[in-house]
Amino acid sequence: MKVFSFYRDGFARMTVGKTLWKIIFIKLLVMFAVLKLFFFPNYLNTNFETDKQRGDYVLEQLTRPATNSN
Amino acid sequence: MIDVDPSLVNWSRAQFAFTAMYHWIFVPITLGLSFLCAFFETIYLKTGDEEWKKITRFWMTLFGINFAIGVATGIILEFEFGTNWSNYSWMVGDIFGAPLAIEGLFAFFMEASFFAVMFFGWNRFSKGFHCFSTWMVAIGSNLSAVWILVANGWMQNPVGMAFNADTARFEMQNFTEVVFNPVAISKFTHTSSSGFVMASAFVLTVSCWYLIKGRHVQMAKKSIVVASVFGLVASLFVAFTGDEAAYEVAQKQPMKLAAMEGLYVGERGAGLVAAGIINSSKDPGDVQDAFLFEVKIPQLLSLLANREPGSFVPGIDDLVFGNTEENIMGVNTMMEKGRVALTDLAAFKNAKKNNNEDATAVALERFKVNEKYMGYGYLDTPEEAVPPVSTVFYSFHIMAILGSMFPVIFGAFLFFTLQGTVTEKRWLLPVGLFTGLLALFAQQAGWVTAEVGRQPWAIQGLMPVKIATTNLSVTSVQITFAMFAAVFTLLLIAEISIMLKAIAAGPEVH
Repeated sequence: MKVFSFYRDGFARMTVGKTLWKIIFIKLLVMFAVLKLFFFPNYLNTNFETDKQRGDYVLEQLTRPATNSN
Repeated sequence: MIDVDPSLVNWSRAQFAFTAMYHWIFVPITLGLSFLCAFFETIYLKTGDEEWKKITRFWMTLFGINFAIGVATGIILEFEFGTNWSNYSWMVGDIFGAPLAIEGLFAFFMEASFFAVMFFGWNRFSKGFHCFSTWMVAIGSNLSAVWILVANGWMQNPVGMAFNADTARFEMQNFTEVVFNPVAISKFTHTSSSGFVMASAFVLTVSCWYLIKGRHVQMAKKSIVVASVFGLVASLFVAFTGDEAAYEVAQKQPMKLAAMEGLYVGERGAGLVAAGIINSSKDPGDVQDAFLFEVKIPQLLSLLANREPGSFVPGIDDLVFGNTEENIMGVNTMMEKGRVALTDLAAFKNAKKNNNEDATAVALERFKVNEKYMGYGYLDTPEEAVPPVSTVFYSFHIMAILGSMFPVIFGAFLFFTLQGTVTEKRWLLPVGLFTGLLALFAQQAGWVTAEVGRQPWAIQGLMPVKIATTNLSVTSVQITFAMFAAVFTLLLIAEISIMLKAIAAGPEVH
């Protein structure tokens, strides 16, 4: 309970910090709810289901020039 | 040889560079200002003088604002790994997973506990414990930087790992070797100490502004004394660690060193270029002069690179085309070996697909022979192994020239402040006012040297940047680049205005 009141009072007494927390919240919201969700998907996790498929795809990418040149 | 859209590679590269440089505006101030806050608070603890408490709380507020501005900007880099650099992030996941997880956990627990005591704990904890928490935040922030620099050091000098052709991943074989990688150590010591210089310069800038305005004069003078001592010691240490970093570059990435110095033809007793203008039309192997104008310090480059003034330092031409006299294998030879490695890797993949165990084993054994040249197999021409020389040369020299000015600036401020005449030196205060900006330029120039200088490699010798990229459309990268630039520029403006307001308000309100 002491820990709870420590954090509660600390946040309540903030001056500049309140504005900063708002900005941090907006920043995280934009980053995770907009950028990550719609613009920065994890390419391999999105397009492949298993690690085996991901490994095979990357190996295919790595050997593409050598395969073409043969 | 390989069908990768150069425009896609360059946009992905530009996006990552922009994000990293944006992130690096705030990190060095955090690394150094945390220690300065600890120094101020320790003086308060020792003297019991309330003026030092006021000073501590003021700089702690600016530290908090800077931290809030910079917080989470590094996460964008992780997004980019997964989206724009999926081949790379898959391949290095096993190496980077542990260091980055340690960094994340460490930062979270440190920030949730000691950081909270630092900001919320005045008058709720003993003075000693509060000061201890401030020290823990300083030490923790800097230890946090260790892990990301271990990852970066590994990319420049990949050690303690083995490539698993089955999974297409580099797997960690020796954690100690990865952590105590000499490149990582020199990177951490150089980077963190340059952060101390940056923060000291920041304190100097703000304090000089107060002195010029005639406000908070006593606080400004006391802050200058502490920042000047810290800045002077740190800037001398930066020179020492910079020498160590350059030595490691010479040993592990000689092409980067050659570009840093605009050295095309290697020589014994090579001189260090103190200043010069690069001939931008110069190409590897041609007979043009590398410089339109240059001032050299004899033998210093050899001494810096090999610790022997008469030793041979290879130039770009030696590294690209080889030098049999000095036993240097050229990029052209390495490309041949790299192509053999990639052909064997392709044979391994096909044999595995056909469940031919004998052929798989044979192909893997053959691949291992030339594995370390694998990355060179992707280059189209030997000249592709040369980074943009002008960019690397100028950024290195801007960093070095500015770096050599800081000890003089901090020394002058320390001397005149202790003498009690700093406010009378009207010529010195504007210098202090701009020192923060100069330190920021030096910081950014340092990263440009390190990262542009290692091009074309994402992982030195093993994976060029063009192979590390995801095969996305250029338009999608351009859109995310523009979005990121717009959103973060707006946030930066908002947040910097908060910082400026806090500085304008001064220590009384904190």
